[in-house]
Amino acid sequence: MTTATLVQPEQQPAPRTERENYLNVAYGVVSWLLTKDHKRIALLYLISVTVMFFIGGFAISVVRLHLLTPEGGLVSADTYNRLFTMHGVLMVFFFLVPVVPTVLGNFCLPLMIGAKDLAFPRLNLISWYLYMAGGVWTLYAMLTEGVDTGWTFYTPYSSQSTHYNVVLTLIGLVLAGFSSMATGINFIVTVHWMRAPGMTWFRLPIFVWTIYATSCIFLLAVPVLAMALILVILERLFHIGVFDPALGGDPLLFQHLFWFYSHPAVYIMILPGMGIVSEVIPCFARKALYGYSFVAYSSLGIAFLSFLVWAHHMFVAGISLYSALLFSSLSFLVAVPSAIKVFNWTATLYKGSIVFETPMLFCLGFVSLFTVGGLTGLFLATLGMDIHVHDTYFVIAHFHFIMVGGMVMAYMGGLHYWWPKMTGRLYSQFWSRLAALIIFVGFFLTFVPQFVVGYNGMPRRYFRYVPEFQVWNVLSSAGASILAAGYVLPLCYFLYSLRYGKRAGDNPWQATGLEWQTGSPPPRDNFEATPVVVRGPYEYHTGKAQNDP
Amino acid sequence: MTLKDALFTPDEQERLFDHTFLQRELLEEQYATLEQQHETAAFGMWVFLATEVMFFGTLFVTVAVYRSLAPQAVETASTHLNWLIGGINTIVLLVSSLMMALAIHSAKLGDQRRVYRFLLATAALGLLFLCLKGVEYYLDYVEYLIPGWRFDKDKWLAPKNAGGDGLSSDQVGFVQIFLLLYWTMTGLHALHVTIGIGAVLTMAVLTSRGHFSAAYYTPVDVTGLYWHFVDLVWIFLLPTLYLLGTHSFHTL
Repeated sequence: MTTATLVQPEQQPAPRTERENYLNVAYGVVSWLLTKDHKRIALLYLISVTVMFFIGGFAISVVRLHLLTPEGGLVSADTYNRLFTMHGVLMVFFFLVPVVPTVLGNFCLPLMIGAKDLAFPRLNLISWYLYMAGGVWTLYAMLTEGVDTGWTFYTPYSSQSTHYNVVLTLIGLVLAGFSSMATGINFIVTVHWMRAPGMTWFRLPIFVWTIYATSCIFLLAVPVLAMALILVILERLFHIGVFDPALGGDPLLFQHLFWFYSHPAVYIMILPGMGIVSEVIPCFARKALYGYSFVAYSSLGIAFLSFLVWAHHMFVAGISLYSALLFSSLSFLVAVPSAIKVFNWTATLYKGSIVFETPMLFCLGFVSLFTVGGLTGLFLATLGMDIHVHDTYFVIAHFHFIMVGGMVMAYMGGLHYWWPKMTGRLYSQFWSRLAALIIFVGFFLTFVPQFVVGYNGMPRRYFRYVPEFQVWNVLSSAGASILAAGYVLPLCYFLYSLRYGKRAGDNPWQATGLEWQTGSPPPRDNFEATPVVVRGPYEYHTGKAQNDP
Repeated sequence: MTLKDALFTPDEQERLFDHTFLQRELLEEQYATLEQQHETAAFGMWVFLATEVMFFGTLFVTVAVYRSLAPQAVETASTHLNWLIGGINTIVLLVSSLMMALAIHSAKLGDQRRVYRFLLATAALGLLFLCLKGVEYYLDYVEYLIPGWRFDKDKWLAPKNAGGDGLSSDQVGFVQIFLLLYWTMTGLHALHVTIGIGAVLTMAVLTSRGHFSAAYYTPVDVTGLYWHFVDLVWIFLLPTLYLLGTHSFHTL
């Protein structure tokens, strides 16, 4: 690791009195809870999703601890089911799906396009309240009686299990869904109508492109899930078998509707991560992003293809062979735009002046782990192979490589990249680099053994397993504890930096994007005067910012 | 005397027709111009309607799936719905959409009185729709068409010559599913009409208080988009639910 650093805080004299910014413009709880400022709402989201992340993480830590021995014995089978359900529901619906759009997207999108705020600030605040209502409601349902259906809520099990809070949880998820839709509408309209003069579509940072593609998926997929869940609620309340075969319903229809949302949801989670990587890599390679328009179009391509592959989750559920063949071949197509991105990032790094700041470490971690996740995805898209590894730990390992190895790494990278902009403070370089390393190692140790046991046939969600798998499970649990330490560490040094961190200055990374050409933290209206954009976002070879004349 | 002079005092005219004044008073802080504000609101509504299409679309797909799985049961259940009230309601909603279109046309011309009257007519027709829908729901209740709660299984099982529908017990399960979808879809639509009436009445009140002018009537425009959409959903609901059965005039 090089010791070269971009940060030279000595150069920027710390002002005695802070400039007016969005944080000190008003104080008090009310000024936060009723704020229409996208930057403050982003921080509200940051706190909420972090809480959800740690609750969901705690649930799975208990599960991993339980799996140390083949016989388990730490928790009862019933608690075990509730714990992994809680982990899945909280992590997917309340962390992975909203986290990057609502925290980093909310904060950066208006800054990046040179707008004063999102198009509908009030709607933005409402979406946070919807998220909170759904989150608190779901947490209540999970912590009181609990749900044991898994995050997929497959019927007829979810419509028959009588003594669990399935209906309450589903209502919470529908509320959270409305929150996502509100955010999606807001972002799409903002990108279309709020761009600063000179900010053409092909001068938009890739992060904006990916947030735009994500919002399109929010818009078209979330209503389908909401409606499917509402039908399950009605089915339970009125005992009509919409999806229950015993009463004439078709459980496959639920799976179709569920995955019509939940497969695109995978791209809701990964696309913004790809956006972050496309911002960070050019900045720390000091080089223009290679193939800008390919990366931009491939984001839209991924969003489009995401709607055509959902049934690859259902190869063993009894769909016809011909549709399975079709969905299998369509799934392979997703590899094309994903590979375009990986190749372009690699080409950006080639002959760049690379500095290993913390955000860069996380993003390089993303590229390698995402590649593993993506390639194992091709195994699963292959019909014959999928029938062998379906519902095993191989699948778990695959999607955790995408979701945690990819998405959470990218989110951490983005958070470290924009933290100085959000708070005006720098965090510890030593501890943050250490955290990046710990998370990478811990992650690998947790999930590589799961590929092995999964390939050898250990089914997912099982309470007990055969003793032959114990070594791998112990390795995985050990990795999980390292990973947990890696996630607690940033919490500590971020909080520490708020009080004791060095002043960041407006542009600590000497980045060219528009969001860096204003104060850190930015003023309430984002810019002193509306910026006029004259060039693309990644002109690192000249070092000129987007609005430099 | 022009229409403008007849309607508004010079003071009001300055307030309503002066563009700089409008800019100052009506422009929300995140926008640069009033045009941008208008385009943003209209575009936002279109995008919102896209989510609504997917929302209702899920239910339409579900009906289509069950129709292909159990065509006889679904068609039989469909003939039990009251197509006459459904048909009358279609006309009511279509006329209400015409009123809405006329309101927006008048708004463009700056004729606030006519805007006010057309908006009231729109809301009144929406209310009429809800009343008729309520009567229909009551008749459904009388005829035991509420699945899971007030449902007469024997009537559907009884052979046709005994006044029943002659369905098997498997098919009655599908009848219940179809009826649940009927209640869900029309209920959701009625909810949308109710929200729409609230929005239209709000616009009427704002119009009467002189909030709008030929230069600024964005909220009326956007409300119109929503109203037309709600109308359009019904245009699809009518054939999907009421007309897909083997209706013939002897069922009258």
